[in-house]
Parts: sequence; structure tokens; C-alpha cells
Amino acid sequence: MTPVDPKNARVILATDCGSTTTKAILIQQVDGIYRQTHRGEAPTTVEAPFADVTIGVVNAVTEVQELAGRRLIGDDGRIIQPATDREGCDIYISTSSAGGGLQMMVAGVVREMTGESAKRAALGAGAIVMDVIAANDKRKPHEQIQRIRELRPDIMLISGGVDGGTTTHVVQIAELIAPAKPRPRFGGEYKLPIIYAGNKNAAPLVRKVLEGADGFALTVVDNLRPVLERENLGPARDAIHDLFLEHVMAHAPGYDKLMQWTDAPIMPTPGAVGNILRTIAERQRINVVGVDIGGATTDVFSVFGGVFNRTVSANLGMSYSISNVCAEAGMPNILRWVPFDMDVRELSNRVKNKMIRPTTIPQTIDALVFEQAVAREALRLAYIQHKEFATTLKGVQQQRTVGDTFSQESAGQTIVDNMKLDLLVASGGVLSHAPRMHQTAMMLVDAFEPEGFTTLAKDSIFMMPHLGVLAQVNPRASLEVFERDCLIYLGTCVAAKGTGKSGRPCFRYAIRSATLNESGQMMTGDIRLFPLDEGEKASVTIEPERGFDCGAGPGKAIEREVRGGTVGLILDARGRPLSLPVEREAGRALIEKWVTALQLYPQLERQRLRA
Amino acid sequence: MTTTAAAYAPGLKVVAAMRYTARRLLPISGNVLVKPGDLVDAKQVVAETFMPGDIMPLNLAKLLSMPPGDVPECMLKKEGDRIEAGEPLARTKGIFGKFRTEYKSDVAGTIESISAVTGQVIVRGAPLPVQVKAYLTGRVVEVMPNEGCAIEADVTFVQGIFGIGGETFGPIRMVCKRHEQELTEDLITPDLKGCVAVGGARVTAHAIERARTAGVSAIISGGIDDADLEAVLGYNLGVAITGSERIGLTIVITEGFGEIAMARRTFDLLASREGDAAAVNGATQIRAGVMRPEIVIPLGTGGRIHQPSSEAAGRLAIGASVRAIRDPYFGLIGRVTALPPEPQTLQSGSKARVLEVTFESGEGVIIPRANVELIEGTGGQES
Repeated sequence: MTPVDPKNARVILATDCGSTTTKAILIQQVDGIYRQTHRGEAPTTVEAPFADVTIGVVNAVTEVQELAGRRLIGDDGRIIQPATDREGCDIYISTSSAGGGLQMMVAGVVREMTGESAKRAALGAGAIVMDVIAANDKRKPHEQIQRIRELRPDIMLISGGVDGGTTTHVVQIAELIAPAKPRPRFGGEYKLPIIYAGNKNAAPLVRKVLEGADGFALTVVDNLRPVLERENLGPARDAIHDLFLEHVMAHAPGYDKLMQWTDAPIMPTPGAVGNILRTIAERQRINVVGVDIGGATTDVFSVFGGVFNRTVSANLGMSYSISNVCAEAGMPNILRWVPFDMDVRELSNRVKNKMIRPTTIPQTIDALVFEQAVAREALRLAYIQHKEFATTLKGVQQQRTVGDTFSQESAGQTIVDNMKLDLLVASGGVLSHAPRMHQTAMMLVDAFEPEGFTTLAKDSIFMMPHLGVLAQVNPRASLEVFERDCLIYLGTCVAAKGTGKSGRPCFRYAIRSATLNESGQMMTGDIRLFPLDEGEKASVTIEPERGFDCGAGPGKAIEREVRGGTVGLILDARGRPLSLPVEREAGRALIEKWVTALQLYPQLERQRLRA
Repeated sequence: MTTTAAAYAPGLKVVAAMRYTARRLLPISGNVLVKPGDLVDAKQVVAETFMPGDIMPLNLAKLLSMPPGDVPECMLKKEGDRIEAGEPLARTKGIFGKFRTEYKSDVAGTIESISAVTGQVIVRGAPLPVQVKAYLTGRVVEVMPNEGCAIEADVTFVQGIFGIGGETFGPIRMVCKRHEQELTEDLITPDLKGCVAVGGARVTAHAIERARTAGVSAIISGGIDDADLEAVLGYNLGVAITGSERIGLTIVITEGFGEIAMARRTFDLLASREGDAAAVNGATQIRAGVMRPEIVIPLGTGGRIHQPSSEAAGRLAIGASVRAIRDPYFGLIGRVTALPPEPQTLQSGSKARVLEVTFESGEGVIIPRANVELIEGTGGQES
């Protein structure tokens, strides 16, 4: 059997083994273009009594097989390859976040410099960073050791020092790790993989320290911060992927089998999502932000000016962590998004009940409105964390001239610029499964506060992980499916940056399309929705008032072509940053106005009319 | 029409009699003190080991103001040596042998390493003993050499929905007379010391405080208010991963948050075991590999067991007893009357698979299947 060149594959099967569900999709060439044709899912089977991930994979693929009328699982229980007209697939690929994903601990000398670069490398590879140990993290050495002993990472990444710089500090870190003997999550026999990506001159010393202590498997790669002015995250990231497969996956139940089945290395799910977003940003030369809000965590990905960043906000999620969102945001901040009164004590109990029974769903409209209010705050907090992390390199010396006297820009500024954001992609239960896409769009706009012209989209069935791995073996297929089947375009948001008095003019607009011919003025505090269907485009001209900016500068007119979608075109004159009245009555009236303007909850409207 | 379907929430176990196996494992390898066939008491130590002691790094280069490379030759102790607190650890060379500075260790332990690169000396403290108790009064059925053992017994088993605090023991004492009675502080009396106190509906923060002062081992109750939990813990619990709290007692909540009565079956079952010794664990982990708190009451020598049929467990069927686990019907118990196969649109606008249920009050409603849990535990003690 000759393996099919991935680039010529006609039938592609991809799975994503999540913590609870294994999702399978089938991609086929239809009239010469790759399309996602069928999908299936089944519970993940990593844990007892099954303890074999391939059982869940076969179950999910069996569902696809039934729906597609194409035999994919052979009599031997394996995936049939290569494809014929009626059965099998040419490529099989998979991602995985089962068992809590890849959990890492990273260490650097200076927290804000090599510590942060190491964290970026780990997050970019798809890991959850449990802690960052640094010489200046304000903990005493014995406290750091205690912490290292408590955590059970899958992999550790040590960085520190520029090449040719001092070796002492990074060796000191290794000296703390060696006796602490962090215990890996999987079994006692397993040697904890450690990646060293620091000052190359210190590598032999670090090797001596760690290899002297038993229980570590050391890999040395190029320094991830060879000079202060530049990061070199690639080698560390590749090493993380390799070790993820060799050590972590190999110890997870059934993965040895799964690794033999796949035609490309299994990737951690968030790593694959980052991969596809990076590819899209690069190909289309746009700036992208993607978000995946789950039950326990929220991942935010961004590509600005070609620079990729990912953050995981542990404990900001909609079920397991919902109570933490309420604690961090505060109940008043959540209730400001709710257009009716709710009993706070009862709500607190409801939140806790959702935390302990995470699989329940909102049955009533009140419960839905509240859950979406929590989602806005979880997303808002996760995006704040992302902006704080996605910065220019800290610790870089800057040469200043007289011309810079009045410029306050310094190293460590966020590179996330909402005005430059072109595409905002949503995924995760509360966003993907909202009963109305208008609700998805508004959760995004309220939480992320995009400025200027921003296209809004959602991942139809959480297909980005599959496409991220596919991009590595067949980029064309990956891009074709991403554009046609993965994204559901919600529409475009045009928002003015700046603040003003409510009710005063904010901007004038003119919209021209095959179906729309509208013009008028938006007052500060207003938001309006114009129907603009999927596939439709419109030319939008905005003339902002002084003090407001829609992308051309304060008070300057701008004309852009915008994309329609299932929601349409949103003109947002509520101002940026978005601020809501502190006084509850005023806030509630404002939210009610916005809810009505965007047709978010027609049931509420009907209830009100009945009353 | 479909008459059975996979349940979304398998529900909590409330079983009068079942065989229970406790796996008691050491965190690192050590000595197992029992052998197969041994009868063990819940509080008996069955395995023990020593964790490597705490580590104290001492940067002698900094402490004695000398280059790191000089540290090894200035050491008065070598790797592997024992050092006591106050004992000289290193002495500088001084100038022509004079003006030598000495560093006396402020910690006791063993010298683990001396670094000429960083000038750091690592001292490791005395090993920390770790003991594992049997937890379950029963018979040792398996010994995993150097790791631990498995203990088996026939027990009454009640799973809670949420708990705080770790393993504890005591005889069952019914403090509330009815399953819907609130557990208030006036019901906590000094004679409850060392007992597992069973309430009915919500337990208040004041009752918990009084129980803690009275030395009650554990409180079992139907519900707790979020504000009371915060008062007891001193912080707002963000994620349900518990068990390591040190609040002086263990709490197990059987139904959920708010003013909710304990399910009558659970209350009656616990009442039927009043006076018997129980082991309670409040540890809860609601993530992949879910763990719920539990009350385990060994049956002793009496009673035989019906093993629940595997078919009955984990299946929703018409006639099955279910509990609503989300508003607007939270806590209500009823019987499934229909299982429509097609998804239906809820008031929230979401589409979901639903079931029809008739509550004990006679009211019939439609609920998403995700919002009910089966009331499990078909096993029963034969008379």
C-alpha cells in the first residue's frame, strides 16, 4: 500500500480528542474544492473503565461513517487507508487535549524577560502554564522549591540569560529544581522531561546539575532569548511538541496506538488552533483575535503585525469556573448586562449549583440572559489578561532621540490594538451554541470592544483544531475548508473610539449595497443593526465627530467595504472604552435599549408587551 | 417511541448495601503494614513512608561575600554530612589566615549539594513521615507492594454533591427530625463531639461554627447557602476542587446550594444507620475524573447485598425517578413520563433533547435532559 501524498489527498479524516468529547470531521473534494462534509462525536474514553482513547475515536468516526455512507473503520477496528471511491480516507490526523491537556511549568531568570518569553513559548505550543518560577518572583527560594514540589507538570521549560551572558542565575534555578524533584502526573517510573532553552554557555552546567539528580530527561535547545532584543521561540516550541508526543502522549491511555494511526504528529488542541489562526493572518495579511471559551478556561489567540500570542485564562470559564468568574468580576459587573432585576442571593446559589453540576443548560430566558452576562465578563477579563501579556519585549534597551521626548512609548507595551483588528473569531459553547447569533455577536462586541471596522465570525462546529493540524500537511485543504465551512460570518461591527455625552452626535454614516441604501446620524450611546446577509458586501462611509475615531483618525472620514453575515452590520456609537452607568436604574434602561436595538432576546420583548 | 436513553447526569449513589473497595495508596513508595486477609479498623495505619525533607538553599557566596568558586574549599562539611542548627557550616580563608568569617547554619539537615558555579549550598531537612489510614473498617483484599492496599467491606454508601474538608470518622447522629428541617445552631449540642451530625435541609454558618467549636467530626446536610459557605471558608470558592480545607470539620452537602431539603431517601437511609460508625470524606473534584464527597458506613457482619443490575444504572427510562438539578425546578423530584426523541425549543430559545416528568406534587413539566439526574441506588439490604 503506497501512502498518498498529503497534498493529493481526496478524503481527509480528522479528530480532536477533548477532555469530554471526541469530535471527528470528514473533508472531501467536491468539484475540486475541499469541503467539510460530515461530522460525528462520541464521549472521550481516556479514563476508566475504557482507558483507551482510540475507542472514542472509533465511535466518533463510526458516526461519521454512518452519516457519510462511507466505510471508514475496517474489520480490524482501524481506520481504512487509503481512500477508494466507497471507503477509507487518504489522511488521518488528530489533536488532543484529553486528560486536562498539556500542563507545564516554566522558569526564567527575570520574570518579565526570560520568564515571560518562556511562558510565551509554552503557551504558543498549546500548554497550560501552571506557574512561572523566576529569580525575581518575590518568593523565597524555599517557597519556590515548595511550589515546584507541589505541582505535577508534564514538562518543564527552563530559560534564562542571553547567550554569552552570566551563567550563575540560570544554574541557580536548575539547582532549585534538581532537589525539588517535581513529580510528573503520570506514574513513578516516568522521567520528567525538562527543556533547557537558556544561555548556551550555561547548558553544560545545567546538564551537570540535572543529570546528577535522578529522574529527569533533559533536552537542550537553542536559547529562546539569545539577545534581549529578540525572541527565538521556535526551537523550544518544537521541543515541547516532540516531548508532548514522546513522553506525555505515550503515557496517556491508548495514545501509543493513536500515534501509529495518524499521518501527522498529534498536536495539543490549542496549539493547532493557534496554527490555523496564524496561517490565516499570514495568508490574508490581517490582524486576528480568536477566543475559545470553555467550561474551565478561556483561551485567547491573537496575531497582530504577524506576531502570534496565546493566553489561557485558567479559571475563567462557564461551568467549572463560573463561580470564579463571578468572584473575579463581581456580581454588580455581571448584573450590569442584565436588563431586569434579579435576586443576588438566589443568583449566587444558582452560580454555585452550575459549578457543581456543570453540564446543565439554561432552560428559561432569565437563566440564558444571566449566563450570557457572565460570559461577557469572563471574555472581558480574559482579553484584559491577553492584552497585558501580548506586549513588545520587555528589558530591551531603547535609544531615544530628541524627537522621542514627548513620546511615552516604552518597552512592554501591548501589541493588541483593537483599531487594527480585522477579524474576531468566536468559539466555545456559550458563544457557539447561543440560540441566536445576534447574542454571539453582541457578547463579542461588549466584551472585546472592537474599534473601527471589525469582521465578526464564529467557528461553526469547533473545527479550527482539525484545520490547524491539516495546515501542516495540506495547507490548501485547510484554507479552503476554513473559508467555506469553518467560519460562519456574523457580520461587521463599525465602532467609534472615543467618549462623549450621551445623546450628542457621534458619527454620520452612509451605507450602499445591493439591498441597502441608508444614511443618517448615530448619537452617542446608540447602537443599530442593519440587515446585510451572508455573502453580501456593502460600502460604508463614516464621518465621525471631533473626538471620535473610526480608523482614519479623530474626526476624519473613512470609507470601507464591509462583509455581511447572519447578523448583519452593527453600527456602534456607544463609545470606547465602553462605560455603563453605575446607577442600576439608568444602566438597566440603557441595556434594555441596546437589547431591543439588536433584537437579542425577542422573548423578553414579547413578555414585556404581554405585561 | 424511545423508552430508554443514555442519561446525561448519572446521578449520585445512595445505596443501602453495596460492596465497597477503598484503594489506599502512598504518594511515593514506602512500607505497607498489612497483608491480604487482615481485618483493619478505619483509623488504623496501613502504609507509611517518608517524604524527602524540606530544602533550604543557602547562598554562601552571598552570605560570606566571596566568589562562588571559593565556596567548596571554605566548606567545613561535605556533601552527605549532617549539620545541626548553630553549627559552623563554612569559614572564609581570611587575609593571611586572619579575619576569617564563619557562617553558622540556622537550619538542621543533611548537605545535599555544594555548587562552585553559584555558591549555593542545599541543606535538606529531616524526612517527613506520611501515613495512610485504612479509612474503611474491613478486610484487606490486595496489597500493592511498596504502594498501598485495597480494603473491602459491605457498606451503606451515600454520595454527596459537594463537600469541604478531608477524611474523618464518627458515629452517625441524626440532628434533624425531618428531611426538610433546617440545621440551625440551637440543634448543635456538646454531646455531638466526634460524631457525624446529619441535618435535613440547609445548614447555616452559625450551626457550622458551633459544630466546629463542639468538636463535631462532620456535618451532612441537604443544602448550604453560598454566603454561608463563604463565611465558613473565609473566601469565595471559585472552583469546586476541595478536600484540603482546614476548617476543623468536614461538610458534605447532598443536594446543592440554597434552601433545599435532603432527599427523603437519603435522610431515611442515614437515619436507619444511626449510631453506626461512618467514614466521611468531603473531597470534591468537579473536573475530568470527577470525585464527589461520600459517607461510608460499614455493615459489619449482618446483612447481605443485592448488586444493582448494570442495566438499571445510568439509563433514563420512562418511570425512572429523577431530580431536577437546575432552575426553575431545582431540587424537585419526579418520575419520567415521556422521552421524546426529537430536540425541542426551550423558553431560552435553545434547542435541546428533553423529557417529560411528573413531580411529586402532580405537576407535569418538560425539562432538558441535561437538567435532571437519575436517583440511583437500586441495591437493597435483604432482611
